[in-house]
Amino acid sequence: MKQAPGVSIAIIGSGGAGALTSGNFLLEAACGAGWHGLLTRSVGPQIRGGEAAALIRLAQHPVECAADRFDLLIAIDWLNAGRFESEIPLGPQSLVVGDPEGGAVPPGIAASGARLVEIPMKAIAKALPEGRANMIALGIAGKLLGLGADLMLEVMNKRLAEKGSAAVAASRAGLEAGRKAAAGLPLAAEPTSSKPRDTRRWLISGNEATGLGAIRGGIRFAAAYPITPATEILEWLAPNLAKVGGVLVQAEDELASVNMTIGGSYGGTPSLTATSGPGLSLMIEAIGLATASEISIVVVDVMRGGPSTGIPTKSEQADLNLAVYGLHGDAPHLVLAPQSVADCLITTQWAVFLAEVLQSPAIVLSDQFMGQSRAAIERPADVAFIGQRARANDINGDYRRYALGATGVSSMALPGTPGGQYTADGLTHTERGVPTGSAAEHCAQLDKRRDKLEHFSYGDHWANIEGDGYLAVVTWGSLTGAAREAISRARAEGIAVRLLAPRLLAPVQPAAFARALEGARRVLVVEQSHGAQFYRYLRAHYELPGEVRVFHRPGPLPIRAGEGHQEIRNWSA
Amino acid sequence: MSTAEMRQVRRPGDYRSDVKPVWCPGCGDHHILLSFTRAFAELGEPPENIAVISGIGCSSRIPAYTNCYGFHGVHGRSLALAAGLKVTRPDLTVVVASGDGDGYSIGGNHFLHACRRNLDMTYVVMDNRVYGMTKGQPSPTTEPDFDTALSPGGTGLSPFHPLVIALASGANFVARAFSGEHKETASILVDAIRHPGFSFVEILSPCVTFRPDERQWKTMVRPAPVAATDDPGRAARRLMTDDGFNIGILYRGARKPYRPEFGRATADLAALEKEFEL
Repeated sequence: MKQAPGVSIAIIGSGGAGALTSGNFLLEAACGAGWHGLLTRSVGPQIRGGEAAALIRLAQHPVECAADRFDLLIAIDWLNAGRFESEIPLGPQSLVVGDPEGGAVPPGIAASGARLVEIPMKAIAKALPEGRANMIALGIAGKLLGLGADLMLEVMNKRLAEKGSAAVAASRAGLEAGRKAAAGLPLAAEPTSSKPRDTRRWLISGNEATGLGAIRGGIRFAAAYPITPATEILEWLAPNLAKVGGVLVQAEDELASVNMTIGGSYGGTPSLTATSGPGLSLMIEAIGLATASEISIVVVDVMRGGPSTGIPTKSEQADLNLAVYGLHGDAPHLVLAPQSVADCLITTQWAVFLAEVLQSPAIVLSDQFMGQSRAAIERPADVAFIGQRARANDINGDYRRYALGATGVSSMALPGTPGGQYTADGLTHTERGVPTGSAAEHCAQLDKRRDKLEHFSYGDHWANIEGDGYLAVVTWGSLTGAAREAISRARAEGIAVRLLAPRLLAPVQPAAFARALEGARRVLVVEQSHGAQFYRYLRAHYELPGEVRVFHRPGPLPIRAGEGHQEIRNWSA
Repeated sequence: MSTAEMRQVRRPGDYRSDVKPVWCPGCGDHHILLSFTRAFAELGEPPENIAVISGIGCSSRIPAYTNCYGFHGVHGRSLALAAGLKVTRPDLTVVVASGDGDGYSIGGNHFLHACRRNLDMTYVVMDNRVYGMTKGQPSPTTEPDFDTALSPGGTGLSPFHPLVIALASGANFVARAFSGEHKETASILVDAIRHPGFSFVEILSPCVTFRPDERQWKTMVRPAPVAATDDPGRAARRLMTDDGFNIGILYRGARKPYRPEFGRATADLAALEKEFEL
């Protein structure tokens, strides 16, 4: 099957060998030359001595998913490469560059049919003062991609400036030696003509985009507890929140971080925390408190392999059930999922907006794949999602914090407002916030909290709907990119396929969903969970027309566009 | 708020809501509510500028009985919620109310870190050495031989020393009070709230329903024989060797409160976005 145009490169090495550094430099240089690109990372759990791979895909169009196979693999060493050889599919057209001193080539890679070339990267590096093999690898990759040396040097100067001129000189020598060593090898891609730099284009990771979306949406307080693969959101927010007058506080655990956000928001400051599956499990009780006390908070879950500690460094979409159903009692809340690195910004900003307007907790389900990927994206447009909470300011007489009304949203008095004193409470309460065990008042407040979410008009942003074919691919989150590419390949073959990828997972949108699937006779659900959680969720809440199939598997192997394309083909015959 | 309004004379009743407490008749917590409102009146802070934050348990019902802003959150997490509020609203007077189960058992970790964080707030634990709301189970301050349905014959575990733990963890003000002496308690609360940083006040509060023996506390408490010290080592030694019934301010520290910069922007969004430009 034909792969979409572009080129894919893997740079691998044992942990600490610098494969990710080389990969990031390569991506930045390539994007500077006008390529679009995506770098995903695959690392082991060890901080040093494990394995690390920078998986890069470059194309002339925006890239939102991994390629079906790699054109070029550069192994700084083979020490632990066997652990992720299944994540680096190769074919007879692929070129593999290894180091003769780097250990044995893993059998799967040797058997792939790829052309194997040996370059003594370690020995070349050793001959240079302070030389490092990963810079030799970078030089080789740059040469094979036809990237100009000046571009590579520019990135190096920018990124290594802090390390001093000696480090820059050493890396530069390594780069040049690598380029020389690669002379005569077949090019992996057509050289790009050098284009003027487009500063409207960004190089950003999903986790950074999430942080920026939060600030754009108005978040000014974050509470943090480190967890892979969400930590980068918090580390990006710490200095950047401070710059815009906000603050990030490191909490003692996730129970504290989520409760801190409730406290911050109760005081009037839009507040957020970010975590991964184990942390979300710990936060769930307090998210229910935010539902009951009607406090806006945003909780980002960068999903990783589960259950329990699972595979902390690799992606999966298996926290859906927890996010949607984890709260005890009848506890309506918002659940949203971004669909790409760029969409992390927009969806997080939208989540802040919705949480503020609806006085509700919002869970944002990102994942390791997009969270830790870096991509070249077009600068996201400034959207008008700036949340405005209904506030009670001039209060005369009887203030009812949880007053019943047509929209279900009642105005919130912030501490400091005279006459607005009330106690926010997880106990069932009256309109004034006073605890009650009354059946009627219990029901009235349950209705209020349901209605405010269900009656809100979410607009077109609730889902990405593309095309009107009889076969509908329904997917979510970071799998949207692979699904979209699979669909575009199928369309090129004349198959009528449409895409439906909801960004808003809760509350459900039955009418809009039915409209999106009007005329569809086959529904192919694609997701990355062992238990087909998304499929079951759709089954529970939506009418799925005609025949339904589900293509699902757990992480960490990404579902590739080629596989989706094959599924569509198999079913369209 | 103008200075004139700040100085307005306020009465304890101005800080009391019309919500009737759920506490049993004779419960020490009634007196503590009185001490809260007396202390607030003495401080003269307008009720809307005070936030009373709590978790779950008998003691944690107190916010709704005040006429202040309040938050009755989940079990054990009041200090964390209060931290988020105080960091972003340093203008507010934040008082956290808890009990020995809520504060020392399920909320034990937050206790350590709140002391260490040293935000300018006051933490009041109303200690009756029993879980009252769930009808009489042992807490971390219960005696080892206290016989209950959940721990027949007693837990066999020694109670721990919350005030010593507070000192070791970095609390900036440590005091013990007794609910029955509500004027003295109010005066300790005033000092605690005025003292910069994290102030911890343990208030012995008898549970007349599940611990009728605690009615005797009124005959057992006495003013601490020595004045407050600024030496945490001395304070700890005194606390480890007393019988738990010395009442008064035991420690006043001078550690600088944690007050992160909030609300002063030095850059706009466009400046933040620069780092991503190719």
